[in-house]
Amino acid sequence: MKKLSLVALASATALCSGVAVASRLGLQDPETPIARQIYSLHSLILWICVVIFVAVFGMMFYAILKHRKSVGHKAAQFHESTTVEIIWTIIPFVILMGMAYPATKTVIDMKDTSNPDLTIKATGYQWKWGYEYVKGEGSLSGVSDGIALLSSLATPMDQIYDPKVQKSENYLLEVDTEMVVPINKKIRILTTANDVIHAFWVPAFGVKQDAIPGFIRDTWFKVEKPGIYRGQCAELCGKEHGFMPIVVRAVEEDEFKAWAEKRKAATPAAAEAAPAVQVAAVDAAATAPAAAAGPVDGKKTYDGLCAACHGMGIAGAPKVGDKAAWSTRIAQGPATLAKHAIEGIRAMPAKGGNPALSDAEVTAAVEHMVGLSK
Amino acid sequence: MQHAQPYYVPSPSYWPIIGSIALLFMGFGAAFVMNDVEAGPWVLVIGLAILFWMMFGWFGTVARESEAGRYGPQEDISFRWSMSWFIFSEVMFFAAFFGALFYMRVLSVPDLGSGATGEYLWSNFKAGWPVAGPGIEDTFRPMGAWGLPALNTALLLTSGVTVTWAHWALKVGNRFQLNLGLFLTIALGVLFLFCQAYEYAEAFHEYNLTLKMGAYGASFFMLTGFHGFHVTIGTIMLIVILFRCLAGHFKPEHHFAFEAVSWYWHFVDVVWLMLFVLVYWL
Amino acid sequence: MEAVHGHDHAHDHDHHHPTGVTRWLTTTNHKDIGTMYLWFSFAMFISGGLLALGIRAELFQPGLQLWRPEFFNQLTTMHGLMMVFGAIMPAFVGFANWQIPLMIGASDMAFARMNNFSFWLLPPAALLLMASFLVPGGATGAGWTLYAPLSVQQGMGMDLAIFAIHIMGASSIMGSINIITTILNMRAPGMTLMKMPLFVWTWLITAYLLIAVMPVLAGAVTMLLTDRHFGTNFFNAAGGGDPVLYQHVFWFFGHPEVYIMILPAFGIVSQIIPAFARKPLFGYSSMVYATASIAILSFIVWAHHMFVTGMPAAGQLFFMYATMLIAVPTGVKVFNWVATMWKGSMTFETPMLFSVGFLFVFTMGGFTGLILAVTPVDIQLQDTYYVVAHFHYVLVAGSLFALFAGTYFWLPKWTGNMYSETLGKLHFWCSMIFFNITFFVMHFLGLAGMPRRIPDYSQQFADFNMIASIGAFGFGLSQLIFLAAVVKCIRGGEKAPANPWEGADTLEWTHLPSPAPYHSFETPPVVK
Ligand code: HEA
Ligand code: HEA
Ligand code: HEC
Ligand code: CUA
Ligand SMILES: [Cu+2]
Repeated sequence: MKKLSLVALASATALCSGVAVASRLGLQDPETPIARQIYSLHSLILWICVVIFVAVFGMMFYAILKHRKSVGHKAAQFHESTTVEIIWTIIPFVILMGMAYPATKTVIDMKDTSNPDLTIKATGYQWKWGYEYVKGEGSLSGVSDGIALLSSLATPMDQIYDPKVQKSENYLLEVDTEMVVPINKKIRILTTANDVIHAFWVPAFGVKQDAIPGFIRDTWFKVEKPGIYRGQCAELCGKEHGFMPIVVRAVEEDEFKAWAEKRKAATPAAAEAAPAVQVAAVDAAATAPAAAAGPVDGKKTYDGLCAACHGMGIAGAPKVGDKAAWSTRIAQGPATLAKHAIEGIRAMPAKGGNPALSDAEVTAAVEHMVGLSK
Repeated sequence: MQHAQPYYVPSPSYWPIIGSIALLFMGFGAAFVMNDVEAGPWVLVIGLAILFWMMFGWFGTVARESEAGRYGPQEDISFRWSMSWFIFSEVMFFAAFFGALFYMRVLSVPDLGSGATGEYLWSNFKAGWPVAGPGIEDTFRPMGAWGLPALNTALLLTSGVTVTWAHWALKVGNRFQLNLGLFLTIALGVLFLFCQAYEYAEAFHEYNLTLKMGAYGASFFMLTGFHGFHVTIGTIMLIVILFRCLAGHFKPEHHFAFEAVSWYWHFVDVVWLMLFVLVYWL
Repeated sequence: MEAVHGHDHAHDHDHHHPTGVTRWLTTTNHKDIGTMYLWFSFAMFISGGLLALGIRAELFQPGLQLWRPEFFNQLTTMHGLMMVFGAIMPAFVGFANWQIPLMIGASDMAFARMNNFSFWLLPPAALLLMASFLVPGGATGAGWTLYAPLSVQQGMGMDLAIFAIHIMGASSIMGSINIITTILNMRAPGMTLMKMPLFVWTWLITAYLLIAVMPVLAGAVTMLLTDRHFGTNFFNAAGGGDPVLYQHVFWFFGHPEVYIMILPAFGIVSQIIPAFARKPLFGYSSMVYATASIAILSFIVWAHHMFVTGMPAAGQLFFMYATMLIAVPTGVKVFNWVATMWKGSMTFETPMLFSVGFLFVFTMGGFTGLILAVTPVDIQLQDTYYVVAHFHYVLVAGSLFALFAGTYFWLPKWTGNMYSETLGKLHFWCSMIFFNITFFVMHFLGLAGMPRRIPDYSQQFADFNMIASIGAFGFGLSQLIFLAAVVKCIRGGEKAPANPWEGADTLEWTHLPSPAPYHSFETPPVVK
């Protein structure tokens, strides 16, 4: 019986370590000073724990082997020793102090968000991220002010739902619009959210910060190598919590400036949006650039925003063109429909999540959608 | 730990299972009511009715057992422990709400009006207290301490005295003073509840102060509301005790039910003092 | 319902037992009630476990195969709620009911009728939880922590969960009051506090924790309820509240809660190890003090679950230090257990196997807890599978293994029959191996960056997830062996002597036959 289980245990271990060769066993490679500190802190504590573990259970297994009845060991009767008890209270305490010291230093470094070169506000939405380059004091002030991006999962739905479709390399970690930052600059991230709590997390940066609706929290990083860095929302935020990745592209400073120029040119409205911080501005700039002026065009609003959900029926949204799904809704009358679209209903966000849209625009979009779904 | 007589173990009883059926109905009923399910109110009412039946029956049984002398000194100690820890659990319940008040007043409201949060999200908001919150445009008047609330404080404190006065009487066997003291206590409790109802009406109609009034409204009504609910329960328990006194229950040396209720009443008193200081006054 | 019978006091039990269902519905006997608790918790363990298998089945491969994402979240949430409130906590209360009166020489629990009520509150709560899958919108999918404002968004399932928590809270509070009172007031003459078996001590302290924190949880979910339906703004910034306030209140409950689930396990193991080492427990009094210290410290560490909410550095440091401190008293316990085994004369029947397994694997979970306590590392690992690995190590290999150990240990006393050692050992080895296959790899997943509570994951996590899923099904099947062992033991088997364990020396073994009679200790034993 026992031999059998030992064999099983051994083969299980072998299986694990076999797979392990192909996979990662530790933290991701750190790419910022903070992440490196975290990495070494983790290694330090882990090894201390391993040593204690081996020592304690070495003793235990020694006792299990030698002090068993079947080998004829007679039980001693001691059951107290103040000395050893004091020793094994004090020694762990000292070890803990040894761990706490470097940890304290890292905590203080992580919290130091002062004097950033660039400040980006990251807003969590159900279920995408909005990034907004705000006017800062630092060396990059002015370069990218007012740029606003909306970043959501780019993986096509059939890859997610259809087991036969080949999954791409960065399955679920790919977005349509990346956050772009310059390397070797202190980037301060302000986090907030529009609906529920999300968390901004890029493992390679050692950065994770909850995005709390109604509050601003901050964190920072300074990435040293150009490259693409991936992360995910790290706080349960509802249905598509698993589908709101974060991608940061770190580039040389020149390249960043060039990117910022281009981006600003593409979104003139946003550049002026002062005080460039309203949640609305993010959406307005990124998704409905032309919405500010011109005649009310339902199709445009629909294509720019509503189609994100209603195009494929994401989040339970009635799919445009799906007559069955729409017939009961249409039966509520156009006024009710428009009201629901403007105020939001259940998973349907108010104005599709873009408060900058006018009621007329939303109503026009609804008409457009209804027209396609009758 | 003396065992003069074997510890009383009651015989099998249906009341517990009836009670849990009641709570099953109440749980579903309340959820239905809050989500506009048609049957909701009925389910809830059935649950409540069963619950009252259960309480009536169960407490009646206990009272009968007590009067039949089933509870000796050891049982008495058990009751004392249990009542103390029950009251402690109530203290912790209120602590959660006082904690929320403290948190909003000292941490979240100032936070909303300062730092990056104030600057980026709520630039028009001035933190302070009493306040509804940065996203609430309606205004309200806070409840002052020195009107009705002060009177209410006086009422409750006096009732604490009268219940103690009644207790002294019970210990020396003065039944008249006992009944009178209890009656006065109940009267003061009822009066308190009336004042509170009046205060709420005033809050609604004249101060525009409702549950929806953000941090202040929520903490004010939840704290005073739960307190008022406890006063109601306490008053009902006092009424039960009064009836038992009138029926000649309790002896000078054996009357834990009375004491338990008076402990509870004092607890409700102390909570009110905390409310008065932390909610109304400061 | 029942009139008071006027017979004399020397004979205070009413010796007419109703039979059939009525016996169980109306019982005031601590053994009956303990039995019901244990079966209830096992049923919930199976239900919660099946939900876990639903989770693992979806996570077998990347992509969404079985469930829609919202249903996956419901599975996770209900798995957590059912396991914590339905399986582990009631199981320990079941042990308390059976064992505390036997171990302190009491005739029954202090409040026998209320005891029955405490139990019978659980089935309605469980029904509310389970029914929430059936209402429009389904069960709540906000995680067992029910964080606002996500929980404010949920449908009716959330309200059902809130009321279920209220009811379970009431049950726990009544149960705890009963346990404390029994322990403080009903010990046999001569049984001083420092002579109580350690299991009784750990429950005494656990009961205090319960009374202190269950009402706080009730407060938290009540605020949630009023935010949902009555327009309060406790957790809404626009109204001056703060979503993080919910987390503070929840974890003020939540952290002590995890010790509520482990301290009685410590107690069980502290009974078993000396019995099978045939040697008194090493450092009895330091065990008591260590348990108390863990309980006290547990009130000032809650925010280690909230390091990423963005609290000030001073807060992070305080909660980090306080959390790390808990390793000291826990370490004392681990060392004491090893010292108890040291130079003993050990045998390894199933209870001992599970206890040694507990010790070995729980400590791993403790160490990962310590790693999480270090703020910067936690910020990296928070809300990843590393945390999932941590808490299954302490909850499954900790609480659950201790429950198995205790069950095998006391089954002879409960049923009068010996369990099958073969089945027991098979159960142990299967559980131990499959447990580690399931959860060990989750450490790697977490370190590599797989978030928890996601229905689908990126490619690079695929292999470990597959291993974990296979392990989970193996672990689940292994529990059928447990069921078989218990049922077999109840139905018959070798008759158990009064004390089948050479080293066991508490009252239930020394003073009572096996099975323990329906009413034990009507005249209390005298403890020297
Ligand atoms: C039985 C339940 C149980 C127990 C006992 C513990 C024990 C501990 N837990 Fe755990 N924990 C949970 C259940 C439990 N936990 C759950 C359910 C969650 C997740 C909740 C959720 O989010 O859903 C959680 C999450 C959790 C977190 C938050 C993770 C996150 O979400 O980011 C943290 C962080 O500090 C933590 C820490 C600890 C610590 C330090 C201990 C300590 O008590 C451990 C102490 C033990 C030892 C350290 C080992 C023995 C000691 C020695 C041999 C002495 C020598 C040692 C040294 C000197 C190092 N736990
Ligand atoms: C309290 C105790 C407890 C216990 C015992 C368990 C037991 C198990 N848990 Fe867990 N778990 C939690 C508490 C617990 N859990 C908590 C609190 C959470 C967090 C929830 C949240 O995030 O909100 C969680 C979350 C959690 C997750 C993360 C989900 C996510 O983040 O999305 C996973 C994933 O693998 C998991 C798996 C398992 C498995 C495989 C078991 C297994 O041990 C279960 C084994 C039992 C059975 C399988 C049933 C019995 C057997 C049968 C019925 C026989 C038939 C079997 C077959 C046909 C195979 N649990
Ligand atoms: C985040 C996803 C999302 C976006 C973006 C979105 N919708 Fe919706 N919409 C939904 C969902 C989900 C529903 C279904 C709500 C329900 O009935 O539960 C819905 C329902 C509707 C309905 C039917 C309401 C009813 O009464 O049944 C209308 C009309 C509508 N959306 C219009 C719009 C318009 C116009 C826009 C763009 C301005 C838009 N939606 C953008 C998710 C979205
Ligand atoms: Cu956003 Cu999770
Ligand atoms: Cu904790």
